[in-house]
Amino acid sequence: MELCGFLLQICCNKYFSLFLFLLLFGAAARGQEPPYFVTYSDALEEPGNLEIAYKGINASPKNSNTFNSGTLELEYGVNGWWTTEVYLNGQITQNDSTVFTGFRWENRFRPLLRHHFINPVLYAEFENINGADRSFLEVVNHDSISDVRATNADGRADKKREMELKLILSSNTRGWNISENFISEKKLNQSGPWEFGYALGVSRPLTLSAGRNACLFCRENFVAGLELYGGLRTTDSFGLSGTSHYLGPNILFNFPKGPSIGFEPSFGENANSGGVLWRFKVSYEIEQIFSRFRGNSH
Amino acid sequence: MTGNKSAGMAAMLAAVLVCGAADGSWLKHVPEADRKCVNPLAGQADAIAGGARIFDDHCAKCHGDNALGRGKRPSLRSERVQQAKDGEIFWLLKNGNLGKGMPTWAALPEPMRWQVIAYVKSLGPSSPGEASRSSDAAKP
Repeated sequence: MELCGFLLQICCNKYFSLFLFLLLFGAAARGQEPPYFVTYSDALEEPGNLEIAYKGINASPKNSNTFNSGTLELEYGVNGWWTTEVYLNGQITQNDSTVFTGFRWENRFRPLLRHHFINPVLYAEFENINGADRSFLEVVNHDSISDVRATNADGRADKKREMELKLILSSNTRGWNISENFISEKKLNQSGPWEFGYALGVSRPLTLSAGRNACLFCRENFVAGLELYGGLRTTDSFGLSGTSHYLGPNILFNFPKGPSIGFEPSFGENANSGGVLWRFKVSYEIEQIFSRFRGNSH
Repeated sequence: MTGNKSAGMAAMLAAVLVCGAADGSWLKHVPEADRKCVNPLAGQADAIAGGARIFDDHCAKCHGDNALGRGKRPSLRSERVQQAKDGEIFWLLKNGNLGKGMPTWAALPEPMRWQVIAYVKSLGPSSPGEASRSSDAAKP
């Protein structure tokens, strides 16, 4: 257990993660994903590609210990209309401990095979996590920053098996991406109503065409955006009262033929929200992963 | 035994679907208005150079560095692709051919998609020698 904790501690260190990704993979392809951390767009993983991503959060909420949360994501494009993804979550809380907080398995399906002005994507996820989870991959019901005041030991005792369904609506027009997510979540191992949340995002590359010459800091390698997300309570009492909300400007930088790095400060919009969640991510796409094993990638 | 049979049938179905991506059947679904769209960047040297970079980033992984195809992914230098109208290819990039493995590239800004088309068209049809070097590419 001590070894697991030590490894998790290392993996939750953002600088180490960045170094590891740059070191392990020499050449890659980049996807066409917007820079959001919570909001999903209609972009699915390209068929046959595996994306490995690390998402971290650093936060120092009022009256709580500083924590660093880490999420490892493995995303695979099964085909043009289906993407599957596994998440492993953990966190380190100052003056407390380092814990593994569970896993998630999600699937995203694109029901319409043609492009439309608004493109729907259906999302289904199974979560096996515990109350010590600090990944903030979504906010539902009256999830509040006060939840993180519980000790890791107490949080771990609260086992959660949940099903999460999302309706993702996304539009791409004149270089802009506009995405809306409606989130619903149901606990499978406890009774309770469906819990709801939302996420909205808008983003655009800094330029709409590629320059003649390759360069590292070309505007085309940057995508900037803004997202708003929060809870909407439950089927019993739908609404905004007592919920938390965050607004985050974000930016994604795509290294040419390399990894992508994203950053977002999520600003809490009311007393139920944390002050600022400092979010960052590093993602790397391995193209045609199984072709590599078959040895016919060239 | 039944398991082996099912696995075999699934593999055959997958092969048929992937190979189907190269049959050009998508062409008949292109609406007339889209077919008539003209590439505003056609033949422009800067657009072709930029398109080459986008191609390298996004398209080469499936269609090969020289666009001659890779594995069962089709060549973009076949007569059919090279003779297709720019508007038809633009429609394919926007919609993809999701059932047959080609993703949608609608999230890529429109000017970038036109740049890719300008680049692919600038390559021209493959010569017989080039086509044979890419021996494992799907027949277009």
